[in-house]
Amino acid sequence: MLINEFLLLGAALFSIGVYGVLARKNAVMVLMSIELILNSVNINILAFSLRNNGDVAGHVFALYIIAVAAAEVGVGLAIVLLIYRNRRSISLDELSQMKG
Amino acid sequence: MLIASTNVAQHIGFGVIAATMVVGALRVVTSNNIVRAALWLVVVLAGAAAQYILLAAEFVAVTQVLVYIGAVMVLFLFGTMLTRAQIGRERDLNNPNRVVAAVIALALAGTLAFVLIDAFHAVRLPSDSTPVSTAGISDSIFSTYLLPFWALSIVLTAAVVGAIVLARRD
Repeated sequence: MLINEFLLLGAALFSIGVYGVLARKNAVMVLMSIELILNSVNINILAFSLRNNGDVAGHVFALYIIAVAAAEVGVGLAIVLLIYRNRRSISLDELSQMKG
Repeated sequence: MLIASTNVAQHIGFGVIAATMVVGALRVVTSNNIVRAALWLVVVLAGAAAQYILLAAEFVAVTQVLVYIGAVMVLFLFGTMLTRAQIGRERDLNNPNRVVAAVIALALAGTLAFVLIDAFHAVRLPSDSTPVSTAGISDSIFSTYLLPFWALSIVLTAAVVGAIVLARRD
């Protein structure tokens, strides 16, 4: 198989994720879009790992990315929950009080 | 003959799964229903696990199913449940200026596709590489990449404690 099939799939998922981060107003939806981006990165890493005849480093760092993503979702959803408790809304365009 | 037929099967499998993933990802970012978006995200994550298997990374695929589909999706559904009273269609999920976001995403996709096709149009994945064993991955984690593993352990501990502290009602 060509490596480009996987790389282009990763690029498509990455772009869709970027669109989601920019276009969504709900904080939970933005976190979901970030998951799309992280998965596209993992596909790229594993494709390059296979291209180097099955390099173990790619697999190791794909696992690390999965773990970091899990931590990120946990903290992110806790923050979203706290914002919701304080403001009764998780609309991101209303969170502008840090704008100085 | 056998190699050729597995190759065709690989291509068909890749195409079907990739198309499903792209459609699912588009539904994730355009759906008006948070729970539906979360379930479409499950489709995308499962497709990613299937692609990892095509890329000869079984252990990563299994971890993806366990961690993402098992744990992260439950977190997302909990987050939806705790922050939104009603479950159903909502109108107010998108930014008003999402046309700009679409333009940026299309420009990014075009640039990435151009660069990738330009740079890797002739690169083939080896079909006879030695498979990476789970034992090899664990040996590598606990010898060469031990320091990032420690850092990651500290990050995970901090994240768990931080999430509890943030979400606690006091």
